Amino acid sequence: MDWLHWIFFALFIVVFVLGMVMVFIWMERRGVGRLQLRPGPNRAGPFGLLQPVADAIKVLLKEDIVPERGDRLLHTLAPIVSFVPAFMVFAVVPFWRGDGAGLVPDLNIGLVYLVAVSSISVVGVFMAGWASNNKYSLIGAMRMMAQMVSYEVPLVLALVGVALAAGSLSLVNIVEAQGLPFILVQPLGFLVYFLAAMAEANRGPFDLMEADSELVAGFHTEYSGMKFAMFYLGEYAHTLGVAAIGATLFLGGWAGPVLPPILWLVIKVLVLFFVIFWVRATLPRLRVDQLMAFAWKFLLPLALMNIFLVAVEISTQSLSALWVMMVVNVVAGVLLVYLLSRLWRLGGGRVAV
Amino acid sequence: MAIRTEPIVLNMGPQHPSTHGVFRMRVTFDGEVIVGLDPVFGYLHRGIEKLAESRTYTQFIPLTDRLDYLASMSNNFAYCLAVERLAGIEVPERAEYIRVIMAEAMRISSHLMAVGFFLNDCGASVYTPLIYMYREREKLLDLFDMVSGQRLTYNYMRIGGVSHDLPPEFLPALRKFVREMPAFIDEYDQLLAENEVLLARTKGVGILPRELAINASASGPVLRASGVKWDLRRKDPYSIYSRFAFDIPTAETGDSYDRYWVRVQEMRQSVRILEQALAQIPEGPVRAEVPHLVRPPRGEVYSRIEAPKGELGFYIVSDGSVAPYRLHVRGPSFINLTALREMCLGWKLADAIAILGSLDIVMGEVDR
Amino acid sequence: MTRALAGAEVAAKIKGALPGAGVKGEGGTLWVEARDLFPVARYLKEEPGLAMDYLANLTAADYLDHFEVVYHFLSMQHNHSLVLKVRLEGRGELGVPSVTPLWKGADFQEREVYDLLGIAFSGHPNLKRILTWEGFPGHALRKDFV
Repeated sequence: MDWLHWIFFALFIVVFVLGMVMVFIWMERRGVGRLQLRPGPNRAGPFGLLQPVADAIKVLLKEDIVPERGDRLLHTLAPIVSFVPAFMVFAVVPFWRGDGAGLVPDLNIGLVYLVAVSSISVVGVFMAGWASNNKYSLIGAMRMMAQMVSYEVPLVLALVGVALAAGSLSLVNIVEAQGLPFILVQPLGFLVYFLAAMAEANRGPFDLMEADSELVAGFHTEYSGMKFAMFYLGEYAHTLGVAAIGATLFLGGWAGPVLPPILWLVIKVLVLFFVIFWVRATLPRLRVDQLMAFAWKFLLPLALMNIFLVAVEISTQSLSALWVMMVVNVVAGVLLVYLLSRLWRLGGGRVAV
Repeated sequence: MAIRTEPIVLNMGPQHPSTHGVFRMRVTFDGEVIVGLDPVFGYLHRGIEKLAESRTYTQFIPLTDRLDYLASMSNNFAYCLAVERLAGIEVPERAEYIRVIMAEAMRISSHLMAVGFFLNDCGASVYTPLIYMYREREKLLDLFDMVSGQRLTYNYMRIGGVSHDLPPEFLPALRKFVREMPAFIDEYDQLLAENEVLLARTKGVGILPRELAINASASGPVLRASGVKWDLRRKDPYSIYSRFAFDIPTAETGDSYDRYWVRVQEMRQSVRILEQALAQIPEGPVRAEVPHLVRPPRGEVYSRIEAPKGELGFYIVSDGSVAPYRLHVRGPSFINLTALREMCLGWKLADAIAILGSLDIVMGEVDR
Repeated sequence: MTRALAGAEVAAKIKGALPGAGVKGEGGTLWVEARDLFPVARYLKEEPGLAMDYLANLTAADYLDHFEVVYHFLSMQHNHSLVLKVRLEGRGELGVPSVTPLWKGADFQEREVYDLLGIAFSGHPNLKRILTWEGFPGHALRKDFV
């Protein structure tokens, strides 16, 4: 019986992720278009709904070019190493209530598994940058690695805050412990998680890797055809993972009054994704040293303060007086953000040459 | 123990999404820091100066369109002014007003593009600010389409005036545009002037000190952003600019943000000039009685205007025949590039692109 | 209005400060001998009454039996301008001292004159072709270039 459970869920996750990625691609292109006073794709199918399908077909039909002096094996493996971990994250996301929910029913170190798996994609990025035999790709890959490694620290610390409040590392337990969604109880933790996760997923103002106004296309400059499709899908799958984890940990996962739980999860994921691409369409990009400074000098202290705050509240009051905790947290969060932003300078200036 | 490192030489361009045309920079990096920069261009060199020697004066006007193709009529204007000075031709009043209207509208259009692409280079890479700029620029392009039938290279001005009169729907449409534009500039300012990320990327970046700006013959918004209050429309008025009241926005530091700010303010001033010109424009002929083949007397002239990119000058030597003997175009973008190396040293890769964007070059002028 | 200085009065001033300089004023133009170009240019820049701090234009023209290198100077302080010309006889190896050490703006413009007309500027930090490619045969703007 276990075999059937696993096969069913594996298939379910693959279909879910691929389907949601298609929805995401459509949402992003139409949404960003409308934010830019233009309609967005509206030729392929009604409202451009078949646009992602058209993109997929186009990309599959392109010639696969490997640079002549590039490393063939690494060049082929890199998209796979980058793409698979994005799927593996969904093994622990609970899709509906109960113990049998999810591919791996109630892994009691779910959070640790999440963090461990999502770090693997860094290796894939560097493999891609190196195997392309191209200075632009190498610079892009170096920047990406520095960025991903730096932003994992505040990300993990924000997750620690959630684990403290819920009293468990298992995602199923975390969803069930959210009487009041954790976004209200730990707004600071949510902020840190959101920004750090956006940077991990190379979205928004942190998208140095594909800074197409500087490095052409960063580490995937030399990719075309199916491999490029895998990178592209991998990036969206990673963003989907970020939104799904955010919805699970901070917005209450599948909890909700009337609709079936999986629909609630989808709604929350879509709301988070909307905010993610809204930010991307609005803000210019940070420079690499400003990015590093943002992670280490701003998000990291905030994450540490968040843990401290949550720990103090738990040890003094326990989660019963939630409303008080919420107000205190919101006030503390606003104060800390304001203070830190005044005290800290973004990145280095001119270097004497 | 110090790690042994090696600087790498990276070629940015000629094919690059952000170098504003076929422009190449050979940049030497130590890590991410720029330690050397060498601009290479000439990829768009079409030999316009040589072509001028075998074209008549009127036949050369379409070629001037292709110099700064984002503000074509300014080039026409500068060239026609130079030939008129050489030949001693007087331009009728209405033609002068039309020329000034076109020149200022071109300034707005060029600055909209410059600012939009500058923000694009800073990384608003899904082109959001650029599309907002384009929305306004489309209105201007529709106006130009009404007048000359073209959207990019207009070939509208002639020696002695302009080619033909304005169609009747032009002036009301221009009035409508002038009414709506200040609100748009305010909206734009509000969205972007205090944006944290933009300030972090451009404040203090790529400073061009005042002395270097003058010494390197910078001109236009680049010069004014470095604290030099020098605008040819005030200091050496040509055409009828002395009849209009407008300010010269000048900034102090000379960083990329100042260059951006100066351009936005200049758009406001151009709208002011347009309002005044619309109020004052008289009726009358739009072209002086000029022979079909203009033969200026022997002599030479150097005549310059304040084009949107800077001081655009034409040096024409005439030997009395129908074609110029020697024609030289002083392209502002070409000369503004002289200071690029000093401005970029010590900054990082992303800054080089932002600084280049703030200089606002167009390759047609650089390479001619 | 920018006042165009008369060549003769500037020539007189220069002869007062640098006796023996080969300068001659004619209408609105100041003619200078090639060998005296650098000291005269420096005088024009540093003399407070002239203060030519801005080099507006640097170009050259081919007149079949001689070349002329033309400089348009401008003073931002006094708002006056001056045209300076250097006459080079013949068509063979032509050379003029570079004014890049005084005005950085001359850098690219001198390279362009070298590239298109074949006049070498001695003392230029980086005299390479700028608009045509390395190894381009001949000089494109010369009248005998086909």
